[in-house]
Amino acid sequence: MRLEFQHIHKHFGAVHANNDISFTIEAGTIHGLLGENGAGKSTLMKILSGFIRRDAGEIRLDGHAVEFKNPAEALHLGVGMLHQDPLDVPPLSILDNFLLGRQTRLIQDRSAARADLQTLSQRFGFDLDPDAPVASLTVGERQQLEIVRLLSRGARVLIFDEPTTGISLPQKVKLFETLRLLAQQGMTIIFVTHKLADAEDLCEQVTVLRLGRVVGQVTRPFTSAQLVQLMFGQTFATRERAAVAPGEPVLELRDLCVADYRLRVPHITLTARAGEIIGLAGIEGSGQRLLLRACAGLDAPVAGEIRIAGAKMNRQPYRAFLARGVGYLPAGRLEEGLVAGLNLTEHFILARRTREWLVNWNAAQNHARARIAEFNIRGDPASRVESLSGGNQQRALLALLPLDLKLMLLEHPTRGLDIESTLWVWQQLLERRQRGAAILFSSADLDEILEYSDRILVFSGGRVAQALEGRETSAQQLGELIGGKGL
Amino acid sequence: MDTNLIVLTLASVLADSSPLVFAVIGETLGEKAGITNLSLDGTILLSAMVGFAVAFTTDNLYLAFLAAMLVGASVASIVAFSSIVLKLDQIAVGFVLTMLCADLSTFFGNPYVRKPGPAVPHLAMPGLGEIPVIGKIFFDQNAVVYLSLLVILAVWWWIYKTQPGLQLQSIGERPAAAFARGANVNAQRFVYTVLGGALVGFGGAAYSLFVKLGWSYHHTSGIGWIALAVVIFGGWHPIRGAIGAYIFGGLQSLSGLAQSVPAFANVPTQVFQTAPFALMIVALLLVSNQAIDRFFSGSPISRKVWQSLRGAPPGALGTVFEQE
Repeated sequence: MRLEFQHIHKHFGAVHANNDISFTIEAGTIHGLLGENGAGKSTLMKILSGFIRRDAGEIRLDGHAVEFKNPAEALHLGVGMLHQDPLDVPPLSILDNFLLGRQTRLIQDRSAARADLQTLSQRFGFDLDPDAPVASLTVGERQQLEIVRLLSRGARVLIFDEPTTGISLPQKVKLFETLRLLAQQGMTIIFVTHKLADAEDLCEQVTVLRLGRVVGQVTRPFTSAQLVQLMFGQTFATRERAAVAPGEPVLELRDLCVADYRLRVPHITLTARAGEIIGLAGIEGSGQRLLLRACAGLDAPVAGEIRIAGAKMNRQPYRAFLARGVGYLPAGRLEEGLVAGLNLTEHFILARRTREWLVNWNAAQNHARARIAEFNIRGDPASRVESLSGGNQQRALLALLPLDLKLMLLEHPTRGLDIESTLWVWQQLLERRQRGAAILFSSADLDEILEYSDRILVFSGGRVAQALEGRETSAQQLGELIGGKGL
Repeated sequence: MDTNLIVLTLASVLADSSPLVFAVIGETLGEKAGITNLSLDGTILLSAMVGFAVAFTTDNLYLAFLAAMLVGASVASIVAFSSIVLKLDQIAVGFVLTMLCADLSTFFGNPYVRKPGPAVPHLAMPGLGEIPVIGKIFFDQNAVVYLSLLVILAVWWWIYKTQPGLQLQSIGERPAAAFARGANVNAQRFVYTVLGGALVGFGGAAYSLFVKLGWSYHHTSGIGWIALAVVIFGGWHPIRGAIGAYIFGGLQSLSGLAQSVPAFANVPTQVFQTAPFALMIVALLLVSNQAIDRFFSGSPISRKVWQSLRGAPPGALGTVFEQE
């Protein structure tokens, strides 16, 4: 299906999220949509898939102007979207999810649907057990279910929103293979991403958005340097890290076992020295969060020993961990890290360890102003944290961490941030490291793990590999380990 | 205790629990769609009062049950409207309605206090009622009891065996996903909440028209709260919820029987009257306790058994759905 955008506009309040967007995508091609956070990619795709209404402009499918009020109508006309967090119903089974949204009789013909599901899965080599609950699947498998479901409902244009986030390397290879196959069969694929390598690998043509406008379009062959130029108007060079000689052991784990109700990761042994950065790699939910929370004193480990700066910390309260200079940065910025409804000044007051009863609001406001300037947060002392963008929330979280930390535990420190914010965050972290902090961080981004880690712990299928040397590890190796090969 | 007494006790548990069953099934239906109707206790009181009052004045039981269902549906529609359209807090609205309905039942019920009135007639199933034991328990009852059994099965069938039921589950679990698949989330939430309210109202009338005949101040003695607890106990599953209701009914009759045991002669009767409520709280603690969760998650088998015993609430329970 040939798809045309013509002069699409969309405003959210004062923000012109889509500003006169026009371009065309030919049937049977994979088209990349690239841009930083807030460039307007998601808005455009939500307009195309019927989740939001455009203010002006026209969408044409095979030359016909189309209009849809909701996602179901869009799908009826052949446009289906796979969301970054797959929009399915986790407690229900795969078959139920597959059935949901179909026009059926009161009592569904489940065996026919099952056969349908299996035929389609086989066509793409997906291994989907119709009776398994979706909650038990990985993000990659949930994407496969969505692909099959949308195709069975007659989708001809498929939008993939950041599909390579949170899936393993083998799953990514599989996904790309599937996308190419779909394009061969005449589907129009839109691939939304901010990962240059993915766009380079896959897309025949890439449209780049910046601040709500189309800033350029490139067709194969193109280089990532070209894309970076379009996205940012400048090229970032990866800087060489200053070498830091590791100091005293800050964190020692001996045969630690962490677990929650569904996962158990035994035998974690690790020594992190001052000035060391240790990356925790693995598919999300493989135990990285459990380990970080155990080291932060938030969850008790099932077995084994945690020592911080030499002292045994098992059964110690969270306060004792704080007193020893442990800082934890959770992935849920607004859910766990910040207090929605409070402004920045109030956050800085809360973060201060003080015994004062009364708050000196003038001093607090000045302090907040200074920190905001220092951390380059786009907001003022009276800004409520939920009104900040993701990148600025992350900056605020970093600003809230005390300066004298010995151990920093970071869960997805740059997730969802654009490249500029990501670089900024790492610059801060590397400075902390120079001051002698040991850093443990989890990330779904292999490049990030490889670029910054001195050593890497790989989590996969309830196990943890021996720590790898960051400099001697290749993306291929790491990807295979994450995918469970050779562990 | 001879067999006959056991059979009679079971039969009476089945009958006396039927108002609770209606309330539990009605509430389960609404909560499955994502809306908590906390006004249950008030709704039951008011519908029990209205049911009895209509039966008393018109001598027509059909009208009485219909009026009670209307009361339940109206209260539920206030809950639905205020949470879906006005986006108010469901707990706060439900709580206020509980108190309002209770007071209204006292106010308007005053003329009917301790008046003898009509009752649902006994209706043994011809043939089936003759079967030994089973027949006595299940088929030697009245129409309301048969209906309660039917409603349990019908709601279970609707939720788990039909396409609209599948959609209902998705609306309560992840409304955004349901919307993306073409469901009108808020309209359906409204319908299921009102339908659930009507079932609760039916249960209220069943209470005053055969379980505890007539009307008195706070006649239904708190079964609405128990129903809310039983919905959780049942893991938002109609059949398990019904079993929870029968367990509560069973505890009540046991405490009634215990009073006649000579060893307990010195125990005040209030202890027996309140014991089922206390035991229900203990049961609730057991099914919703994380420590016990961890305890059972030790081995795969015990975890499986435990998980089948305890259900998770619908993912979007109590939240507002707004299209972007």
